[in-house]
Amino acid sequence: MKLKLSLATALVAGVLMAPAAWAQDKIKMGVSIPAATHGWAGGLNWHAQQAEKRLEQKYPNLDVILVTARDVGRQANDLEDLVSVRQIDALVILPFESAPMTDPVRAVKDAGKFVTVVDRGLTDPSIQDLYVAGNNPEMGKVSAQYIKQKLNGKGDIVVLRGIPTVVDNQRVEAFQEEIKGSQIKVLGMEYANWNRDDGFKVMQDFLSRFPKIDAVWAQDDDIALGVIEAVKQAGREKEMFILGGAGMKDIIKRVMDKDTLVPADVLYPPAMIAEAMEITARHLVEKAPIEKQYIIEATLVTPENAAKYYYPDSPF
Amino acid sequence: MTQSSMPDAVRRRSSGFDLKLWGPFLALAGLIVLGTLVNPVFLSPGNIFNVLTRTAFIGIIAVGATFVITSGGIDLSVGSLAAFASGVTIVTMNALVPAMGPGWHVVALGMLVAVGLGLAAGLVNGVLVTKGRIEAFIVTLGTMGIFRSLVTYLADGGTLSLDSSMRSVYRPVYYGSLFGIPYPILLFAVVALIGALIMYRTRFGRYCAAIGSNEEVARYSAIDVDRVKLLAFMLQGLCVALAVVIYVPRLGSASATTGLLWELEAIAAVIIGGTMLKGGYGRVWGTVVGAVMLTLIDNILNLTGAISVYLNGAIQGAIIIVAVLLQRGTASKR
Repeated sequence: MKLKLSLATALVAGVLMAPAAWAQDKIKMGVSIPAATHGWAGGLNWHAQQAEKRLEQKYPNLDVILVTARDVGRQANDLEDLVSVRQIDALVILPFESAPMTDPVRAVKDAGKFVTVVDRGLTDPSIQDLYVAGNNPEMGKVSAQYIKQKLNGKGDIVVLRGIPTVVDNQRVEAFQEEIKGSQIKVLGMEYANWNRDDGFKVMQDFLSRFPKIDAVWAQDDDIALGVIEAVKQAGREKEMFILGGAGMKDIIKRVMDKDTLVPADVLYPPAMIAEAMEITARHLVEKAPIEKQYIIEATLVTPENAAKYYYPDSPF
Repeated sequence: MTQSSMPDAVRRRSSGFDLKLWGPFLALAGLIVLGTLVNPVFLSPGNIFNVLTRTAFIGIIAVGATFVITSGGIDLSVGSLAAFASGVTIVTMNALVPAMGPGWHVVALGMLVAVGLGLAAGLVNGVLVTKGRIEAFIVTLGTMGIFRSLVTYLADGGTLSLDSSMRSVYRPVYYGSLFGIPYPILLFAVVALIGALIMYRTRFGRYCAAIGSNEEVARYSAIDVDRVKLLAFMLQGLCVALAVVIYVPRLGSASATTGLLWELEAIAAVIIGGTMLKGGYGRVWGTVVGAVMLTLIDNILNLTGAISVYLNGAIQGAIIIVAVLLQRGTASKR
């Protein structure tokens, strides 16, 4: 009904009046995500933009406002602007950090908006109306299980961590929990900031430092790409395998092609933002009933199922 | 004042041992000793080559930055420019492959594009600073943001990857070597040598120091201040382009995170090397040492498990401050 109404308004108001009239009748969904500061976030931005186009086409009376922030402070500012200036009806947010963003999101909720939280949970889950998330501890656990099984429970590995954040901590803690009791030894652990160049550098140094490495847990596909080059440069491809994470197309392709250096990958798809936006939009426009939580599992990608997760058009 | 950039003049002023001149080399020696103590692998040829090849990017950029800083300017846009130039180079080569087929001619054209872009960016920075009369800090802060967004836009927020057929052609430029020495190290050495010649043996080098020391006096001394400053920025752009030429074959990709904070690393290398941040005094060999030190600190921290990874940044910061303190502390006592 609302759709018909706004269409009618637009027709009556004509070209000159249209923008203002439109804006008032539309349902506004604000989307706040981190800027494309690393590969995964780049994928996130791409999927969010795709979803924005798709949803605005599908629901003409829906206006999606996408904002990106470079840090926690800016994201909090964005939320204030979305509520007071853009007057949104609902917010889809992927918080930079869980704890610092909890109160700003609470303020949005208190202003009477529908709140969808994606990926990183707030410290007070009662704020959100909907939670769509990848499962970070699960990702660490699945990675550890795969490495354990592939090494038959015994071997020396190195770990490359991401950017020091809750996400990174959860993954690494779950990983360590899972390998406890096995004979897998973590030789070294360094931050590689979810970044190819740092992955390359850190791995070069690991290779000089340790004469024998059986496996590398790179945790992220950008890091993994840097690691691959470093291992190739040292000519030690036969000695070890590398397990990344996220589901970047280049890595999925390698898994599909049965590359022995990259035998598998663990999914942590940036497409989850699109899913969250779609569920929220459907609820807003069609008043579709929703569940409170959608958890996207950390699926292990192997040559058998890789084709299903290969998106050649995505930039990530 | 014009002569303050000449090593012999400096030596004459202070009697005997000059810490300002030799401080960076002492600090480097100290780091090498520390590295060896931490892990004997440190001195293996493999590790040394790794460190020097890695240094090449920042090192080459920092040689250019030495001129800009010596002439009293600063260039914050180098990291973003490196990312943008890498992106454009990759896009160009990818576009040429279908028509021309993968091969060295495509690589050569890609390199040409990088160099052209570097010089053009330097020209823009330089013209805005000299003709636009805007502080170099503001101009390059602006272009830093512009180049960074342009590469993000080019890559759709993701990563630009070089065509795989081109990668195998281009790869040896980073991974190959001549007489056992990797190409990036050779290029770094050549750039440093030419940089030192320009700084110490040409009029242009002395003009840079003169302008950085006192721009007004330099102008009254009939130095074409604008032209020298402009050339310094273009030289910086060229250095960035050369770094790009060896960066692209390493991972064959460019993204929004390429070259992040390189500008700060380059500036740090220059200052650790003994060049004054306020200009008027430039040391190219010091810059080379400064750049190597920055990579060494990272390398040493990676080679040891003794220090919590959470503290890496603190150790880096402390070493940088101590290295500069070594030269400045004694300089002021004289």
